[in-house]
Amino acid sequence: MDPVTEYYPRRAPNLAARVFRGEAIIMNPADSTLFNLNETATAIWLAADGKSTLRDIVERDILPAFDVHLEDALRDAGEFARSLAEHSILTLQAEPEAG
Amino acid sequence: MGLLESLNRRAMDMAIPLSVHIDLTWRCNERCIHCYLDHDDAAELSLAELRDLLDQMADAGTMFLTLSGGEIFLRKDLFAIVEHARLRGFDIKLKTNALLIGEKEAARIAELGVHQVQISVYSHVPQVHDAITKVPGSLEKTLRAVGLLRARGVHVVIACVLMKPNKGAFEGVQTMAREAGAEFTIDPTITPHLNGDRSILDLNIGREDLRKIFETESLVGDLAAFTAPPGPVDDDVLDGTPCSAGHSSSYISPHGDVYPCVQFPLACGNVRQNRFLDIWQGSAGFTEVRAIRARDLPVCSTCGHVGSCSRCPGLAYMEGSMYGPSSADCEKSFVRTGVASAGMLQRAGGHAASGPLVQIAGANATPSPARSVFPTRRSGARASLPN
Repeated sequence: MDPVTEYYPRRAPNLAARVFRGEAIIMNPADSTLFNLNETATAIWLAADGKSTLRDIVERDILPAFDVHLEDALRDAGEFARSLAEHSILTLQAEPEAG
Repeated sequence: MGLLESLNRRAMDMAIPLSVHIDLTWRCNERCIHCYLDHDDAAELSLAELRDLLDQMADAGTMFLTLSGGEIFLRKDLFAIVEHARLRGFDIKLKTNALLIGEKEAARIAELGVHQVQISVYSHVPQVHDAITKVPGSLEKTLRAVGLLRARGVHVVIACVLMKPNKGAFEGVQTMAREAGAEFTIDPTITPHLNGDRSILDLNIGREDLRKIFETESLVGDLAAFTAPPGPVDDDVLDGTPCSAGHSSSYISPHGDVYPCVQFPLACGNVRQNRFLDIWQGSAGFTEVRAIRARDLPVCSTCGHVGSCSRCPGLAYMEGSMYGPSSADCEKSFVRTGVASAGMLQRAGGHAASGPLVQIAGANATPSPARSVFPTRRSGARASLPN
């Protein structure tokens, strides 16, 4: 099991973002990098409020909406979350956000 | 196609106002000799009106927001406006002369995650810069602000508008920008006053000075590609749209007037009377602008440069018709390639000759793909696809 799926992903502050036809466009002003997420990635990113684990998000928001097996979804979500964290547009927290 | 270009194309297809430029004020603390604005305070949009407008724009899909003027720091509520825009997820670019940016302002800009601050510098020589702004000491203050912003990691773009009094200045400003860790951009086009007065166009640099700029690789990129004669004109070119103005971008004046672009004063509505999206989707002005294809331009569609020209429909509009050529861009195409444009030949009286003359030159040219032509809007955005 990928341990990152037990982390609490949270969208980074100070990003610019819009969703067009289900796909998020995200600009990180810190380094002028533009990201285009597919629908699945967008669903995860939008749900990343720091209060749910990545596993929770996959089970709650991805499995009912997309034709995918849990293990595949968790693996892909873990890779995706790490990638976004490397680009500073998502943070992965060991503890949930308060409040 | 880069991600930003792809995004812009999608926005055009979906008629989303992806980029909006708002002038928050036309008041200014400089009196630049080439300025195209009046500086009176004529009922600027209030903070409440601007917050509502930003909400409307966010809902309409606007992502890239430019806040300009006039001098935006003359608005005491500037940071309240920027804060609201950041809350609504806009990517923000500020255009300023930076005279009023001190330690506190620089820190706040960095804290708010403003993407870019574009600052006008006309020369590295104080006497030259200050003579253009008509404010003694302005270069020193502006450069101090550049340093304050860079020290806080803010992305600064130093923009140099070239005109006769500073025509030799761009290399010095470019070096200064490099040393400050700032991006550099140059614009050799003076635009008519918004009230229609064209006398400031006398400040435009001459052909030889323009040629010198176009032969500077650090400004134009691949020199051979940039100066190559125009390629063949096909249906894809003729079915193309002139630029993003009115298709995916818009301009709003301090008083709420909505235009396709800051350089395209075609009145399309006012946000005090109608909602922004209703104006964007339903006004006669935007509808007409959006319907125009290159083949609808009577002169330009016969010109070999039509696929690569930087033709500005707003400048054409200010010359008399949004369907006509823009003489400033005809000049640029000519200086860039050595091939006269149909617009130039028409103005010289050779109506019938424009097509064949251009085509002869075009036929000898190495075909080249459609490309952006200097000066185009540049973005520092790099594409990255994490998934």
